[in-house]
Amino acid sequence: MLKTYTWPRYQARRAPELGAAAVRRVPLVIVGAGPVGLSAAIDAALRGLPVVLIDEDNTVSIGSRGVCYAKRTLEIFDRLGLGDRVVAKGVTWNVGRTFHRDREVFSFNLLPEAGHHRPGMVNLQQYHLEQYLVERAMALPAIDLRWQHKLVSVTPGDDGVALEVETAEGRYALQADWLIAADGTRSTVRRQMGLDIEGKVFQDRFLIADVVLDGEPFPLDRTERRFWFDPPFHPGESALMHRQADNVWRIDFQLGWDADPEAEKDPDRVRARVRAVLDQQGFAAIGFELEWVSVYTFQCRRMPRFRHGRVLFVGDSAHQVSPFGARGANSGIQDTDNLVWKLKLVVDGLAPAALLDSYDTERGAAADENLLNSTRSTDFMTPKSRVARVLRDAVLSLAAEVRAGRALVNSGRLSVPALLVDSPLNTPDDEAFDGWMVPGAPLDDAPVQGADGRAGWLLPHTGHGFVLLRFGLPDAIETTAIDALARGRIAVHPLLVLPPGERAPAGHAWVQDIEGLAATRCDARPGTTYLIRPDQHVAARWRHFDAAAVRGAVARATRQSPP
Amino acid sequence: MNRLNTEPNFGVPGQRHRQAYTPGDDFYDALIQAHQGLTDAQSELLNARLVLLLANHIGDLDVLREALALARQGVVDVDATTARRD
Repeated sequence: MLKTYTWPRYQARRAPELGAAAVRRVPLVIVGAGPVGLSAAIDAALRGLPVVLIDEDNTVSIGSRGVCYAKRTLEIFDRLGLGDRVVAKGVTWNVGRTFHRDREVFSFNLLPEAGHHRPGMVNLQQYHLEQYLVERAMALPAIDLRWQHKLVSVTPGDDGVALEVETAEGRYALQADWLIAADGTRSTVRRQMGLDIEGKVFQDRFLIADVVLDGEPFPLDRTERRFWFDPPFHPGESALMHRQADNVWRIDFQLGWDADPEAEKDPDRVRARVRAVLDQQGFAAIGFELEWVSVYTFQCRRMPRFRHGRVLFVGDSAHQVSPFGARGANSGIQDTDNLVWKLKLVVDGLAPAALLDSYDTERGAAADENLLNSTRSTDFMTPKSRVARVLRDAVLSLAAEVRAGRALVNSGRLSVPALLVDSPLNTPDDEAFDGWMVPGAPLDDAPVQGADGRAGWLLPHTGHGFVLLRFGLPDAIETTAIDALARGRIAVHPLLVLPPGERAPAGHAWVQDIEGLAATRCDARPGTTYLIRPDQHVAARWRHFDAAAVRGAVARATRQSPP
Repeated sequence: MNRLNTEPNFGVPGQRHRQAYTPGDDFYDALIQAHQGLTDAQSELLNARLVLLLANHIGDLDVLREALALARQGVVDVDATTARRD
């Protein structure tokens, strides 16, 4: 039992399908109620898609696992309705400092510009996050959350997936039109279907210690991540320190491949290591208690394809990365953000099943980017050959002297959303735009004031469906055309983005761009129009509004066959 | 007199990067890959050949002398601590 956390025990309920004569058919089953499966279920429920969510366990994540939730993930949590709770409980940080021996060689700021609602990163123990997700899911009637229901067999067919589920009270069958496999690194669904996941195991071991400190090394509002190469307290290896909620601090020690995992977990040995960190960093007066100790290894690998007919793999079941870069849970949650709106359109018959292939294309590209960055970080931290170590040490020695060296220091390239620039759902630009709001990019947030006069943010005005961001007031003809788009088969909800002080006539949805940042970030002029997907990524943009072009871009973004 | 550029300088002309670290990481990855499968002696030779090629590309002896001095100074500084691990 931890000092700072008591695990909830959720009740298993009797499945209504037990003993039924006919096999029940449901539109969507999600396997795995971890952060990724729960996010998928909440998203589906909010979009009007009922879900059966099954998990073989009856509580949230045990131990010290995921820690860092990135800005884009927090924005998704906002849409799912738990962003405030995660940020309030978690520890916000933007600055990471990297040391070589006893010298600081490099620091980064994840969010160098103001005018975003969410910070670069929030640290929160995974069990807190999962508990918040569970509580959110339980408040949504469209989610049938089944604890201690264990998937035992998966039989994919052309029009659905036959499942067998084991419970304490017996076994039952279920027919799912669609199955989302969010069942983690050792995915039952993946193994049942005999599918490969390819990549490499890294020959290194890391010790995790979660400790409760009785003092504060630095104040909460100036929290930083610290990373050390070859520090005096742990010579020859690397170490990492993160602050989490409740003054629990997570310290990772690189051990090397030859370390004995059992011996390393000895509490006295771990305490000595933690004491050495605190003493060397100037915190000798601070005492601590151990919350959690474990030793881990990791792999960098992915499935060649994330969609197999009516089975969709998300998160760790589909791809696994090294922990350096916080690209595990963050990428899994971003998978669900990408997938669920597409699935809803397909289930509703508004888009062909081929739209789901774009989930594989887009999130496959994101997985490749995450694998590349996390593998590079790992290669830098654990050089594989003598020459690689010499080059790494050369970078670190130069880093203390010149900025050119600092740019090469890789202590983890932290999770940023994929730009999806090569996606087939994007409509290429016809006109020139500056900045980074390219088709495929997630829309940047900006401070806005709503029609109610209250200060808020741009992103919450998007995400419920396709949104047309139109900068400046439209004339009467444009207004008629914009209104028609809102009544289309796939609705496009208009949002006027107006300069400070300007208001739209009744009947329009509008915000004021109070600091001009939305226009700056979108390189917008009066008349500039952006089509935003339900997952808040840019689908298309134009200098002038043209209803036919918008309809074409919606068709492209939903894979409609040409008329 | 030209000076040695010690600011981050990797990139591809005409390309831009959302993350400033990307082109440097691309180079470093390519450098490590270039050593793949080589013996230590071959790696040393590769590094030496690379230095000579890049020096010729730079050409300007003022810049090269400054680079040589900066590189050597750091080696003398950290020599004692690095040696113990090899």
